[in-house]
Amino acid sequence: MSERSERGPAHKTLEIGMALLIGAFGLVVIFGSLKAGINWGAEGPRAGFFPFYVGAAIVGASAINLWSARRDDDGRLFASWGQLRQVMSVVVPTAIYVGSMPFIGLYAASMVFIAWFMRWLGGYRWLTTIAVAVGMPVLTYLVFERWFLVPLPKGPFEEWLGL
Amino acid sequence: MEELANLFHGFAVALQPYNIMLMIIGITLGVIIGVLPGLGGANGVAILLPLTFSMPPTSAIIMLSCIYWGALFGGAITSILFNIPGEPWSVATTFDGYPMAQQGKPGEALTAAFTSSFVGALFAVIMITLVAPLVAGFALRFGPAEKFAVYFLAFCSFVGLSKEPPFKTIAAMMMGFALAAVGLDSITGQLRLTFGVTELLNGFDFLIAVIGLFGIGEILLTMEEGLAFRGGNATINLRVVLQTWRELPAYWMTSLRSCLIGCWMGVTPAGATPASFMSYGIAKRLARRGNNFGKGEIEGVIAPETAAHAAGTSALLPMLSLGVPGSPTAAVLLGGLLIWGLQPGPMLFVEQKEFVWGLIASMYLGNLAGLLVVLTCVPIFAAILRVPFGIIAPLILVLCAIGAYSVHNSTFDVMLMLVFGVLGYLLKKCNYPLAPLVLAIVLGDKAEEAFRQSLLGSQGSLGVFFSNGLVSTIMALGLVALFWSAIQEGYSRLRTAMA
Repeated sequence: MSERSERGPAHKTLEIGMALLIGAFGLVVIFGSLKAGINWGAEGPRAGFFPFYVGAAIVGASAINLWSARRDDDGRLFASWGQLRQVMSVVVPTAIYVGSMPFIGLYAASMVFIAWFMRWLGGYRWLTTIAVAVGMPVLTYLVFERWFLVPLPKGPFEEWLGL
Repeated sequence: MEELANLFHGFAVALQPYNIMLMIIGITLGVIIGVLPGLGGANGVAILLPLTFSMPPTSAIIMLSCIYWGALFGGAITSILFNIPGEPWSVATTFDGYPMAQQGKPGEALTAAFTSSFVGALFAVIMITLVAPLVAGFALRFGPAEKFAVYFLAFCSFVGLSKEPPFKTIAAMMMGFALAAVGLDSITGQLRLTFGVTELLNGFDFLIAVIGLFGIGEILLTMEEGLAFRGGNATINLRVVLQTWRELPAYWMTSLRSCLIGCWMGVTPAGATPASFMSYGIAKRLARRGNNFGKGEIEGVIAPETAAHAAGTSALLPMLSLGVPGSPTAAVLLGGLLIWGLQPGPMLFVEQKEFVWGLIASMYLGNLAGLLVVLTCVPIFAAILRVPFGIIAPLILVLCAIGAYSVHNSTFDVMLMLVFGVLGYLLKKCNYPLAPLVLAIVLGDKAEEAFRQSLLGSQGSLGVFFSNGLVSTIMALGLVALFWSAIQEGYSRLRTAMA
């Protein structure tokens, strides 16, 4: 597809980052459990009892994962920068798509998202792009709202159409 | 034979026209899901689950389980024709299926794959029919300690049997337990781990996690390779099918062995993917033409497909009889049970006879229908793959968003889905297994409840988990599974030391 640069973040770096991230999550769980109470109350073990040991296990396992990540370094790349750019070119618009959904509704957001994806990432003609971008939400509306009676989020656009 | 009567009653339920229609819809959707990259059995079922909220539970499970069978069949199509496994469990099918297709024998390879899938599934369903009621009857006597021991065994098997490093499996699994613990504590009614965020009051829904981890994560992995995607052609005619069917009985030994491997790996929560690899590996070692494996040997298609389908099907045995799903997709189905207001576990066989036996009967019929659908419609399904990824990808992302939203009608869940998606991508790249994470989110509350109730009964002494023969045996098996890789290593060291 695009030019592949053979440079990128090392697998080891990400491996260490992941272990640290999960370990931090474990600490948060331990902290939350302590707040909820980890000892025995009137009705037996209190709410934080079980998650406390779960959190401890996360921290323990992450420590070992961190240790083994630091130890073996095979010089592999996590992914090349080109590949990561490809991934981000999906993550960023999806984040915008998801973030705008509460305000403009699912249908309008989906139309823009599909159109953007097909036109700029896929490089399709406008005609194909618009056909899919409009067709898919219309089909979704018929299947979900009409046939299965599952309501989906709507915004000002749908209100204006009176749906 | 009370079971036989129940089964016939189940057939009567499954053969209702409405249920047959749902069966065909389910199979077709399932094959499409299996063919498309980024949409797998687990998240395909998760996305479609909200559509079944208003259906009767029996019809709903028939449709969803048929999606699962369809996805199992569909994975083989892309593996053989395009060398792209649509599902992880069909990776081993590419080894010999794709070379066969390249040698101009795609019809033979597909027929062998579909038929083997059917044989594996049939074997597993017969096993479920015979064994599940016995296991359920036995499990009715389980107290909280025994229940916890069963969960313990299930999760330990993950650590021992998965090919990922054990501490990564533990870390992933425990993250699942922690996520399951967020929100209202079911025993004390106290809030925990929410840190004042109101959206977290009800905790993390595993459906959102499944859609994010498996759906979005998979799309991101595929995007690394860009949008390039080649298509191919496929036809199957009756002559090829009949000719291949005449050849297949010669490989009955491979089939039987693969069935047994599949059932074993499916019941223990190792799942379909390791089952298919193991079956392929053993077949390669034992087959007379084992050296030709990887160059287009039909036996190399039969072995993994039979095992994968047997494992995928038998994963429903522990789900139905114990309430412990054997695979991520089975976990999603179990979540469905909870949503429809059914309590998974041995009581299902007593209280919901129609549901259980309707489902089991639909497994026979669904797989037969699946075989017919895939054999007749392969060219159509292969054509779907020729729709470029640049169109498919945004549509799948939108579908995932719709699925995530409709679980609780919440846009917060959709954002959560994306977070899980990025997390899933990173976890997968760093070799953390996702299946135990999902299973822990599903079973976390139940495992914790069983654990705390047992401790309540024993005044906090851990001795309760070794208090009688039954619970000690299950716990001991769990410990063996937990330390399985260490035991294996110790054994091989001992042997080299002896030699």
